Amino acid sequence: MHRIDLRLDHITKVEGDASMDVTVNDGKVTDVKFAIVEYKRFFTEAMKGKNIAAIPAHLSRICGTCSNAHVMAAIAAAENALGIEVTPQTKLLRKLTMHGLVSRDHALHLYLFVMPDLFGKDAFLDFDDEDPIQHQLLHDGFDVKSAGNHLSQLVAGRSVHATFPVIGGFLKFPTPEGAAECVEEMKAVRPAVLRLIKIFMDAPLHLDRKTKYMALIPDDTFGYIGGKIVTDNGEVYEQKDFRSHLEHTVLPYSQASAYKYKGESYMVGALARINLAKDKLHPNTKESAAEALKLFPSTDIFHNNLAQAIEILHSIDESIEILTNTVFTPEPVIKVPMRAGTGMGVIEAPRGTLYHKVVMDENGIVLDGEVIVPTGQNQVNIERDVSAIVEPLIAEDESKEKIGMEIEKLIRAYDPCMSCGAHFLKVKWKGK
Amino acid sequence: MSSQISTTQVPSKPQIPKIKIGWFSFSCCEDNTIVMTEVMNDHWQEWKKLFDFRHARVLKSNNIMDSFDIAFIEGAMASPEHIEKLKDIRSRSKKLVAVGACAVVGMPAAQRNTFTEEQKASIDYLLTRFGALPDVKKVSDVVKVDVEIPGCPMDPKVFLEKVNALVKELRG
Repeated sequence: MHRIDLRLDHITKVEGDASMDVTVNDGKVTDVKFAIVEYKRFFTEAMKGKNIAAIPAHLSRICGTCSNAHVMAAIAAAENALGIEVTPQTKLLRKLTMHGLVSRDHALHLYLFVMPDLFGKDAFLDFDDEDPIQHQLLHDGFDVKSAGNHLSQLVAGRSVHATFPVIGGFLKFPTPEGAAECVEEMKAVRPAVLRLIKIFMDAPLHLDRKTKYMALIPDDTFGYIGGKIVTDNGEVYEQKDFRSHLEHTVLPYSQASAYKYKGESYMVGALARINLAKDKLHPNTKESAAEALKLFPSTDIFHNNLAQAIEILHSIDESIEILTNTVFTPEPVIKVPMRAGTGMGVIEAPRGTLYHKVVMDENGIVLDGEVIVPTGQNQVNIERDVSAIVEPLIAEDESKEKIGMEIEKLIRAYDPCMSCGAHFLKVKWKGK
Repeated sequence: MSSQISTTQVPSKPQIPKIKIGWFSFSCCEDNTIVMTEVMNDHWQEWKKLFDFRHARVLKSNNIMDSFDIAFIEGAMASPEHIEKLKDIRSRSKKLVAVGACAVVGMPAAQRNTFTEEQKASIDYLLTRFGALPDVKKVSDVVKVDVEIPGCPMDPKVFLEKVNALVKELRG
């Protein structure tokens, strides 16, 4: 039997540290392990004994890039346990917090991690400043990232480990001057985002493989907080069902050693969201990205990058609208008496659905917790797609180096986060 | 053709070599990496001219492990391999900078060091299985640190001040 072992150590241009092992026997991929190179830092164990008020900042440290998503999910879980209903202004500020995160994070991924693949470069900084297109993209990339970063600073205090959002509300509020500056900056980068969408519409990378999609879809507009979990099978899970959905669907799937749950694997993230809810995008986004949106729903995993670019545009358009039409006034943080209970927080992080569960006693002391991250849910799909991309390359007798590069491109299309994944990917550890 | 050598070449000033940078992440959440890429938003044009990012996994694929003028270390040491790698980086680097709380004080990456006996017992099989160190260590527990930039994440202003001071020192 002819056996080939492919191994990618320390996959580059992803968040955190990952490796990939692929075993091929007689031209067929027989084993794929998307594995962890990071060491566990035991965040859910370390939750125990802490006061619930400290949990958002604690769980934020799971991951630098997704930190504000963890803050939002932890706050949602705590408020669910305590029965807190926040004000309409807080809901708007949370939307804006997510828009800041999504636009900054997607821009980092698309420009710095993926764009070099499209231009045959090793790094985004290697782009040629003398070449008009590459010169434009260098400026675009840092300008778009900067707009998202400034929105995060205005609304959430900072773009990493946000300090303003807390259980029950916000500690500080955007000033009219700050809001006006952000609006101007976002209007200025909008043409850059349209160029970005065009680039990913025309990108030559494709892998079409049918899978299932799942996302939290807000009831009002396209977004990342509130609403129901839906699948493209037509399943719908309301807020009251989130806990049983986590315990009976997501957890068994994420921890399964078999490659499927209910007979099929699923994907979370930008592609899932655009596939399931493109009709809810901001009217300006729908108009400007009309051509690109015709490609959805799509089963091409590389369209995840295009979906991310469209999401940046939506975040910009909705943020401009909210910041232009809202005068923010300081309001007190809602406080309620502590009570024993279990809370579920579900949000759409940039990379997909993020679940936090917290169990606390009557004094607000945490007894237990659970965190399920998007990359954990996408792991099965990533491994199946690696099989699908490797077999034709083996048949064409491509070099291991070339196959390795193609695998890296595919993994980057998912935008996995290994800082999060290190804690929650199922146990196919690299070990010693 | 642009690749032909011109006979009327104007003598150019001798090129000052770029400052060789290594950016390494150990056990942490990589928040300082994100902050560094945000600082880059305003400084990429000067950094492109000034710095040669020789080893920065977040920025590039072809990473070169030879010698560094400045090595930035993010995160704490969780395994014997981390310790060996850190010592190796130190031996290749003129200046070594610990960035962020996990590198400077060990926490929160080292939070398992503070677990109760019961908690330690519950995670012990994982530490054994992956050959992790019994206690997580900060950077200065293992090698000499030239500059520390604390914070969770590091403060972008402090980062720029310290980097600019190092550039000045290295350029004499």
